[in-house]
Amino acid sequence: MGKQKMTPEEMSAKLDEVLSKFKGQGQKALMATLQQAQEIYGYLPLPVQRKVADALDVSVAEVYGVISFYSFFSLKPKGENAISVCLGTACYVKGSQALLDKIESELGIKSGDVTKDGKFSISACRCVGACGLAPVIMVGDDVYGRLTPDEIPGIIAKYKEA
Amino acid sequence: MDLFRAHVLVCCGTGCTSSNSTKILEQFEQQIPAQGLDKEVKVVHTGCFGLCAQGPIVVIYPEGVMYYRVTPEDVAEIVSEHLLKGRYVERLMAPKTDKTSESSSANDSNFFKKQLRVALRNCGNINPENIDEYIANDGYQALGKILTEKRDPMDIINEIKASGLRGRGGGGFPTGTKWEFAAKVENDTKYVCCNADEGDPGAFMDRSILEGDPHSVIEAMTIAGYCIGAHQGYVYIRAEYPIAVKRLQIAISQAKEYGLLGENIFDSGFSFDLDIRLGAGAFVCGEETALMRSIEGKRGNPTPRPPFPAVKGLFGKPTILNNVETYANIPVILNKGAEWFASVGTERSKGTKVFALGGKVNNVGLVEIPMGTTVREIVFDIGGGIPNGKAFKAVQTGGPSGGCIPASLLDTPIDYDNLVAAGSMMGSGGMIVMDEDTCMVDIAKFFLEFTVDESCGKCAPCRIGTKRMYELLTKITDGTGTLEDIDALEEVALSLKNGSLCALGQTAANPILSTLKHFRDEYVEHVVDKKCRCHVCKGLTEYYIDPEICKKCSLCAKKCPVNAITGEVGKVAYSIDTTKCIKCGACIENCKFKAVKKR
Ligand SMILES: Cc1cc2nc3c(=O)[nH]c(=O)nc-3n(C[C@H](O)[C@H](O)[C@H](O)COP(=O)(O)O)c2cc1C
Ligand code: SF4
Ligand code: SF4
Ligand code: FES
Ligand code: FES
Repeated sequence: MGKQKMTPEEMSAKLDEVLSKFKGQGQKALMATLQQAQEIYGYLPLPVQRKVADALDVSVAEVYGVISFYSFFSLKPKGENAISVCLGTACYVKGSQALLDKIESELGIKSGDVTKDGKFSISACRCVGACGLAPVIMVGDDVYGRLTPDEIPGIIAKYKEA
Repeated sequence: MDLFRAHVLVCCGTGCTSSNSTKILEQFEQQIPAQGLDKEVKVVHTGCFGLCAQGPIVVIYPEGVMYYRVTPEDVAEIVSEHLLKGRYVERLMAPKTDKTSESSSANDSNFFKKQLRVALRNCGNINPENIDEYIANDGYQALGKILTEKRDPMDIINEIKASGLRGRGGGGFPTGTKWEFAAKVENDTKYVCCNADEGDPGAFMDRSILEGDPHSVIEAMTIAGYCIGAHQGYVYIRAEYPIAVKRLQIAISQAKEYGLLGENIFDSGFSFDLDIRLGAGAFVCGEETALMRSIEGKRGNPTPRPPFPAVKGLFGKPTILNNVETYANIPVILNKGAEWFASVGTERSKGTKVFALGGKVNNVGLVEIPMGTTVREIVFDIGGGIPNGKAFKAVQTGGPSGGCIPASLLDTPIDYDNLVAAGSMMGSGGMIVMDEDTCMVDIAKFFLEFTVDESCGKCAPCRIGTKRMYELLTKITDGTGTLEDIDALEEVALSLKNGSLCALGQTAANPILSTLKHFRDEYVEHVVDKKCRCHVCKGLTEYYIDPEICKKCSLCAKKCPVNAITGEVGKVAYSIDTTKCIKCGACIENCKFKAVKKR
């Protein structure tokens, strides 16, 4: 999940590469194909779903059914910096809800949304496995642990400049 | 092999990696050669040591000195002082206190003293990306012995049965018996699956085993394949666990290179292959039939049993599914014998259990205890008690399907049956400690929100019932609940238990039933007195400013987003208009004199 942006052509070429690997393998390869496609695009728009369906010889309805079932798959693009607040039990008990509230009020958007400039999006997740550092948030691939709400503005500022 | 006079172990478990341990590893790898020590000192990156809250952790052998909260900048000093001059870096040897928990009595000797590491035997001791280190620690010995001696599969299954090993994924089904069922079904194609979906939010046992000792799972699955007559295995693992996936991939390819996986293992004629399948964030896929549908590339809806997977599982073939920790125990049982394993634990629960200890406890981390250890020993001896001098309220086990154990049951020896009797369950190993500030109604609501999200929707009692219970809990925590709502909760809970297809629905009400059993007074307080004693439920909490303490500085008023606070600088004490207040908490955070309070 590199930070550098690919051009639409590059993305499309990459997707073709992935699809040729799984071509004709049918339903049992669907999850793996979608996971790799999402890695390229960041989400799974309809044209991508169609191409996957074609390559694997399954219906678009089948593809959509699987995407909508699993929360890991996203139908919407995320912000440049996807903030994800852990609401797993260990983090919740240690006050991660207050972190989420603070991030929402700092960015002026709700969990599930993207800021107008596309810089940030917020989502809640269930346990990133760093429970020892609870409460935890992730910004992209960076993990921040043992946080209190007053540290949030500083973290966001770091990514605003970048 | 080179002989080293010292080994530097750097924890590269998830917790420590998140706090930058890869940088520390790099620093050691640069500075040790730079000081000319590369022939004498070896750097090893390992899986989780268990004391994640004090990470990043570095341990130096032969002395066994443990350094806490190490930063990349500390490395130079450790190298020049400890490794060159033999002087310990004392300032890094004391566990650090936390800004989230002012007092820490983290005492590492207590932390490790009461533990017994069986499933975690190699975590934190070996480099998980080097198969030789696993082999040097008895790895692949059990498999080698079985295959070279061509031991009778039934004989092995009987040994597993005699050990008393029960599934560590939650249900506690006897593992040997499960294998026996699948072994007895005739079919050319069978499968061995490993459940590494670890759905319980706040638990990281399975992840730590896969990150710290992936070969133990590979060895055990191969043995399982030999026992039931399967030649293909799948590890179903969450996509959210990238490090575990990577280490498992490395381990699989190393095992193949060494001929310990693949065609004709140990020249025995037995072949077994292993592949990884990634999950995609659906809790219900931890349920065995749903997991198999997911590997098939379908939506993870559970299917009715019977037919049981042992008869008709993955792709319609006989299949066994076990949890990661269950597998990690298998090589030890076969190396040390069923009798040894059965000597640890209680009457009906043998061996050890790994718990991810979290929440309001000083030593947050990964612990493995012999069955029969009491909850009190875990929380207070191993866990070092509750931070900030707060009172213990309960521990929660079993995640969204489990329940809580109150202070009155602290001396319960932990085993499958005792936890069920206490109104909770063993679960996969999440153990969250709650203190006096944790509202039990809010926690029940927290878990219900989770199950509402995660119900697959296939059957009505679960789909509608979880939603209905969540609404009732929302009413209660908002302050609009009635005593009848509490009764209604119990009624819906019952219909869910009896009417749901899979265990997700059948157990979804457990967090409510167990909090109602032990903390009914808190529910009643919410509906009758309209009070949340922990000031967690926003609908029942009011912010006010104590005029005696208020220094009339106006800071809170400036920070209030809705201008609910009025007063006059230096003259009139500030006060909050509760009709305007949106309970955002900004005033509390900003008042330097702690004049803003909740009631
Ligand atoms: C909703 C639901 C979620 C589950 N999640 C897990 C899980 O994350 N990990 C796991 O090992 N078992 C989980 N289980 C239990 C499995 O269905 C199964 O019993 C277990 O993996 C069998 O392995 P064991 O006998 O070694 O414990 C879950 C069950 C249900 C009903
Ligand atoms: S009980 Fe719930 S999760 Fe299980 S099959 Fe029914 S709807 Fe799905
Ligand atoms: S809690 Fe928020 S809204 Fe209420 S008075 Fe304080 S700052 Fe204002
Ligand atoms: S509960 Fe938040 S990281 Fe596990
Ligand atoms: S991750 Fe390092 S001690 Fe657990």
